[in-house]
Amino acid sequence: MAVLIDRNTKVLTQGITGATGQFHTRACREYGTQMVAGVTPGKGGTDFEGIPIFDTVAQAVAATGANTSVIYVPPPFTADAMMEAADAGIELIISITEGVPVMDMVRVKRYLEGRRSRLLGPNCPGVITPGQCKIGIMPGHIFKPGPIGVVSRSGTLTYEAVDQLTRVGLGQSTCVGIGGDPVHGIGFIDTLKLFNDDPATEAVVMIGEIGGTDEEEAAAWVKAHMKKPVTAFIVGQTAPPGKRMGHAGAIIAGGKGTAQEKVAALKAAGIRTTPSPALIGQTMRDVFKG
Amino acid sequence: MNIHEHQAKEILKPFGVPVPRGRVASSPEEAAAAARELGGTTVVKAQIHAGGRGKAGGVKLVKTPEEAEKAARELLGKILVTHQTGPQGREVRRLLVEEGLPIARELYLGVVLDRAVGRVTVIASSEGGVEIEEVASKSPEKILKEVIDPAVGLLPFQCRRLAYALGLHKQVGPFTSLLQSLVRAFVEKDCSLAEINPLIVTQDGRLIALDAKINIDNNALFRRPEIEALRDLNEEDPKEYEASRLGLSYISLDGNIGCMVNGAGLAMATMDIIKLSGGEPANFLDVGGGATKERVTEAFKILLSDKRVKGVLVNIFGGIMRCDVIAQGVVDAARELAVTVPLVVRLQGTNVEQGRKILADSGLAITPADTIGDAAEKIVAAVNKR
Repeated sequence: MAVLIDRNTKVLTQGITGATGQFHTRACREYGTQMVAGVTPGKGGTDFEGIPIFDTVAQAVAATGANTSVIYVPPPFTADAMMEAADAGIELIISITEGVPVMDMVRVKRYLEGRRSRLLGPNCPGVITPGQCKIGIMPGHIFKPGPIGVVSRSGTLTYEAVDQLTRVGLGQSTCVGIGGDPVHGIGFIDTLKLFNDDPATEAVVMIGEIGGTDEEEAAAWVKAHMKKPVTAFIVGQTAPPGKRMGHAGAIIAGGKGTAQEKVAALKAAGIRTTPSPALIGQTMRDVFKG
Repeated sequence: MNIHEHQAKEILKPFGVPVPRGRVASSPEEAAAAARELGGTTVVKAQIHAGGRGKAGGVKLVKTPEEAEKAARELLGKILVTHQTGPQGREVRRLLVEEGLPIARELYLGVVLDRAVGRVTVIASSEGGVEIEEVASKSPEKILKEVIDPAVGLLPFQCRRLAYALGLHKQVGPFTSLLQSLVRAFVEKDCSLAEINPLIVTQDGRLIALDAKINIDNNALFRRPEIEALRDLNEEDPKEYEASRLGLSYISLDGNIGCMVNGAGLAMATMDIIKLSGGEPANFLDVGGGATKERVTEAFKILLSDKRVKGVLVNIFGGIMRCDVIAQGVVDAARELAVTVPLVVRLQGTNVEQGRKILADSGLAITPADTIGDAAEKIVAAVNKR
């Protein structure tokens, strides 16, 4: 068991003829992921290293039974790609693209209401269930199968955390990158719910950052519902207010969204946090005796 | 991206938001001419990208063109320090001269993105002219909100609800029109903030946007060239702007340890651990996922152009980006730029062994580090020793 994706997941790539789409489609297939189709309008009927390419997502789904999509198209076209995937009945839409206009995401979120599709991202590394399925841009070799669920707003910081977990002997059930944008799909609470119900996950590492109130809301949810240990790290203790720290969503605005507020909320919910990014793995090791 | 007040008003006016009559002036003579043209009492307002200008002495009420000229002479070239500029302040280079208006009431009106619901939201308050954060913390009951459904937009009943709650019983129609115009501008120009503070009711009952502030979503600038053209480089950190042109994300900080990292989260984590280890980071710098040797070199140039930098920490978690490629980039850049400050390089991930070998064989004084904690301790020690 795992959350969101496993070895039975069938994946199609939207934007499979671009350099990024090709590179990561190949890397994910090498990891063992079932990459069953690609979509690029105008390239239908051709193939990428044996993976059939279709003009539309609906055609790709009908022909291959793909249930998950990963999107690498450039920002101006990302929202349209997400909605096309939703219209075609894709269950999980994963958007790696960074730089999608916020107003586009406001519309996409509305479009997804009442539909069966779930969205992960945009501006995220993707999701991996180690040893089974990798969808996205993360380096597969640093992940090891195990009992720890990881949910994070960051990319490379997630790799850092996973590397530390693996070094202290803790493998991962599934690692979910929810992305660094202010308006995004699946969030901390959605992922925590999935981990709470997943028999393969025994504890969860949560990695948040400055900006917004997602971590505070997640803390309240953990306190009320979570049956498994959760540890957390919040990045951006030294970030100045009013500056966008790389991620569009990582900004302290109007004095709100500071790391200090988030850490206080997490602690109040009984979640063990560490101030040091070097101790993310060790903190979980201390809490998790399994 | 931020723009000036006068630019915000120029954007809002064609949408139907009433603004005072005004002229931009960049010399005392122009200010006098503007005051003469507008007639009567005028207001001379310093144009800088920061709030709190009134309290800092950046807004002057004048009765004659001569007084306007005198006020302009005082303001132009002045370093204005407000609570938003930081202690270094901002130099005033242009002014907005506007008609003076008889104020009966001051209200607050703002359009923002409510991240928690992922929707555009209107915020209004009867407490105008003061900072909305202050109202929110002292008297939260005075903050009114209307969340906009993107499928139908802001509805007239929502505007009426706000108008009645704000006590604008005589201005329900004009308020509805003004607010719908403001929201339309917000959506069509890809704003991240559109704020009118204060929105005034004049003594003869008109609603006018006395001040206006607009921020634009950087991600949408590709489709808003007319906004990009409003960029005022005098208001931006030159290093930050240069970095953004190169596709790097760079933010100046006050410390002396330069950092170069791949990924925004890891870059912030690197700043945090430098501080935890007793040092002070000089910057945030994310070279991105697809960094090449050229980008690493450019990043180094930007880092080292900050003369306060007394040491550099490179922290790369190679995923897609291979460590050997990065190591070669670091070595080449250090040679090309003749880096003299201590340089600690921490590499982890794909091809890490080859990467470390390239660093070791370079003959350069590069201190390798194994973990993020080890790296921070080494650079802090090296900088403190100097």
